[in-house]
Amino acid sequence: MNAPVKIETTLKDWETDQEVRWCPGCGDYAILKAVQRTLPQLGSDPANTVFISGIGCSSRFPYYIESYGFHTIHGRAPAVATGVKLANPDLDVWLVTGDGDGLSIGGNHMMHVLRRNVNMQIMLFNNEIYGLTKGQYSPTSREGTRTPTSPIGSVDHPANPCAFALGSGARFVGRGIDVSKNLPDVLNAAHAHQGAAFVEIFQNCIVYNKDVFDAFAAPKGAEGQQLWLADGEPMLFDKGEKGLAFDAENLHFTVVDVVDGDWQAAGVRVHNVKNRVMAHLLAELPFGEFPMPLGVLYDDPAPTYESAVIAEREASVSGKEANLAKLLSGGQTWTVDGTAADPV
Amino acid sequence: MATQAPAASTDSSPTPDAIVVRFAGDSGDGMQLTGGQFTLSTALAGNDLATFPDFPAEIRAPQGTLFGVSAFQINFGSRAINTAGDAPDVLVAMNPAALKVNLPALKPGGLVIVDTGEFTKRNLDKAKYDASPLDDDTLAPFDVLAFDISARTLEAVEPFGLGKKDGLRCKNMWTLGLALWMFDRPREPLHDWLNRKFAKAPDIAAANIAALDAGHAYGETAELSAPLKQVHLPPAPSEPGLYRTITGAEAVSLGLVAGAQLAELPMFFGGYPITPASAILHHLARLKEYGVTTFQAEDEIAAVCAAIGASYAGQLGVTSSSGPGIALKTEALGLGIMTELPLVVVNSQRGGPSTGLPTKTEQSDLYQAVYGRNGDAPMPVIAARSPGDAFEVAIEACRLAVKYMTPVMLLTDGYIANAAEPWKVPDPSSFEPFPAKFLTEPRGEVLEPYKRNENGSRPWIKPGTPHMMHRIGGIEKDATTGNISYDPANHQLMTDTRRDKIANIPVPDQEVAFGETTGKLAVVGWGSTYGPIKQAVRRSIDKGCSVSHIHIRHIWPLPKNLGELLSGFDRVLVPEMNTGQLKTVLRDQLLVDAESLTKTSGQPFQIAELEEAICAYFDGVKGNEGGEVQANEQQLPSPVESE
Ligand SMILES: Cc1ncc(C[n+]2csc(CCOP(=O)(O)OP(=O)(O)O)c2C)c(N)n1
Ligand code: SF4
Ligand SMILES: [Mg+2]
Repeated sequence: MNAPVKIETTLKDWETDQEVRWCPGCGDYAILKAVQRTLPQLGSDPANTVFISGIGCSSRFPYYIESYGFHTIHGRAPAVATGVKLANPDLDVWLVTGDGDGLSIGGNHMMHVLRRNVNMQIMLFNNEIYGLTKGQYSPTSREGTRTPTSPIGSVDHPANPCAFALGSGARFVGRGIDVSKNLPDVLNAAHAHQGAAFVEIFQNCIVYNKDVFDAFAAPKGAEGQQLWLADGEPMLFDKGEKGLAFDAENLHFTVVDVVDGDWQAAGVRVHNVKNRVMAHLLAELPFGEFPMPLGVLYDDPAPTYESAVIAEREASVSGKEANLAKLLSGGQTWTVDGTAADPV
Repeated sequence: MATQAPAASTDSSPTPDAIVVRFAGDSGDGMQLTGGQFTLSTALAGNDLATFPDFPAEIRAPQGTLFGVSAFQINFGSRAINTAGDAPDVLVAMNPAALKVNLPALKPGGLVIVDTGEFTKRNLDKAKYDASPLDDDTLAPFDVLAFDISARTLEAVEPFGLGKKDGLRCKNMWTLGLALWMFDRPREPLHDWLNRKFAKAPDIAAANIAALDAGHAYGETAELSAPLKQVHLPPAPSEPGLYRTITGAEAVSLGLVAGAQLAELPMFFGGYPITPASAILHHLARLKEYGVTTFQAEDEIAAVCAAIGASYAGQLGVTSSSGPGIALKTEALGLGIMTELPLVVVNSQRGGPSTGLPTKTEQSDLYQAVYGRNGDAPMPVIAARSPGDAFEVAIEACRLAVKYMTPVMLLTDGYIANAAEPWKVPDPSSFEPFPAKFLTEPRGEVLEPYKRNENGSRPWIKPGTPHMMHRIGGIEKDATTGNISYDPANHQLMTDTRRDKIANIPVPDQEVAFGETTGKLAVVGWGSTYGPIKQAVRRSIDKGCSVSHIHIRHIWPLPKNLGELLSGFDRVLVPEMNTGQLKTVLRDQLLVDAESLTKTSGQPFQIAELEEAICAYFDGVKGNEGGEVQANEQQLPSPVESE
């Protein structure tokens, strides 16, 4: 149901007259551009597109996209979006949320929108910090993160957004980086997926959590730590000189060296986006020992919530007539004429 | 009936024109079902009626205990009935606990029917009786009919080969049969109903019918020995038309369906289960063919947010809960107010705060409705006064929401939600339609999503409409473009605009429900206190008191004439099932010296206690010399709660 009619637009058509208010250098700018580049590729119709967000720096996003937009309240965007999709399944809905908005205050709604599989694209801008409220640690902040509310370092264990999504029953899980040129490809794939498509985007909060992703996301020199996954392709990284092999006995991945491009000989595994177990393993791959898996980790569509609701409604409506007068006089009735009751 | 009613609590006529019966038993005894079916037969007999189901919060409380007692009271008569009645004339007690809990309510001289089969040592212990009340003088002030209903039921169902346990399940039908005989009611509708209910188990149907018939036959034979007498109440005079019984929860559901149709909109209903609001979600879930989508959300926040999303997308968003859930929705209501989208919020109030008394009634969420949001966040608040009234009030809520692009709070309560009354089926075409209008084309050079019409409402623009893209949200909006604005003057303007939009909604002038338009005392109520206040005022007028009953539907904004109307009375008394919330609103809005009569026992007001409070204002009325409002004993917890 996404964008039934393809419309020809340019990046400019998706820009609003509103002044963009993020800090200079914020990763959100790059994501905005990537989305504005993606929408014309998709042939999206601005009139049929709705961006819905919660609260946070990231959630300002809808104001900057020339489409319909609803900046809701902290954490609740998935619920609002569910109502929008049930009321009009033809709308193409994009959800924008942050690590605090989507996993802290709104974690419950995130879980349910994913398990219900409401057809929309969900972009979670993960900067591992509460940006808008000036830099407190978030549910994705790493242990030891020093912030105004954790002056000697946070002690909470962080949540892993992609693992959370899979655990909630998501049928599409992807990952991208704000400044990566591959981000539009991930968004294209998310859009092509019918159902809730969850995309975690590593986003640099230059003010409160500067460069925390540099080990794999730095614009220069970190490419070797990025494992871009592609369906049916071997899991190679670091210019193809390394790959992931699978230790079937111990049920975990290992990093192997690939000599002369012979990945088969090295035992490198081919990525299958429909393999849910592998998706779990990839989502939880400990960075450092392993590269950061990016791209489409999992993509295996299932019937959407709206379609099930519509089917159920059609089934229960068929053969029934919506006669209000009849409904009001339902059950056992009796008539009164004059002053005396006359049981019927 | 065998009893002569005390003058204070029923009419003075010698032949009863109304009778109050209470069925009480263990929560597993099926008393609510018995009451419900008896209600239907009463309605079919043309009597006016009101009911009060009163059940414990526990789903299956331990058998035989005092807190596991479930009761169903019905007041029916050959005249207009507005309340479920104060004190029962007849009490049916299916076990010692039911007797213990309910006996204090029985009228002196009233009839008590007990099942001696249940008066075992064990059950007496559980009911905390040291000796059997059947053997001492506990029941001396009453007429007593004590016999082994359990044994007689087992006898009656014996041919159907049910075990003892299943056989005893038919006890409530046996009792119902006896009650049908007592009030001269036909059994056929019950036979039909049982055959339908147990269509898949004809044996069970037959056993229940046999029990019902046996109870009925017992009445016939036992009539010879007092105190059992058959009573026939002639039908109550009522407006000609087609009638049915309706509970408040049904009426709200049907009113919402009608309201959405009058607005020519599909309805989206977001809910999360909570007593006593769930019944509305249950009803609407079955009405998909009326363009209703129900959504059981993960919590109340998601329920209201999804409803807001649906309204944004062009449907009529509705959400419903009880106090604790409404509290969770509060932040989202602010979003609805800020983005000016239609939304109907139904609060079926229950005893609070916190989890409070889930199955008991209270009116203590009025402050929450009127004042209970962050920021200056006004929304209309309206209240239903009876089960049947809830239908019209629900339509009114839809109308206000759509016409003024605003969330609207509809207050009802646990009593209205569960209680049944005869309802004259309205003709849907008698309601003025209020079709929703969507803006589909810009009104000028620029799209101005916050430019208002003559009602002060902004346009409703559905996403999906070409050339109308715009952004909305909870941050303060520019007064016309709707873009984010932190401008001080704009926030002042928008705050005033939101306030005035709601304050200026034209509300019908307040009328007097009963009595003269001026006088010594105005008794002002809202919500489910309508019935008892009306009867208490009627009786007080009969005694010569200059008192009138005023009942408010539109609580925010208040009717414009209300201040003037109240100034025609020397004193204003506001009975409420809270600590005085409407009183505060009236004082705040109208500067009237309103006084409170409060009750928060989880039980509705009784006519007698209101009558006493009213008469206390009048010197020279017999028995009420002095003039001070008496302490309200009903505020003491009832025996069930003191357990
Ligand atoms: C109910 C509520 N609680 C708290 C806030 C304050 N608040 C606004 S944004 C935010 C955290 C945002 O963090 P995140 O979702 O990670 O977004 P970011 O700013 O980092 O993009 C908080 C706590 C709020 N607006 N509403
Ligand atoms: S605080 Fe951080 S996330 Fe927010 S705008 Fe500034 S850089 Fe971006
Ligand atoms: Mg963040």
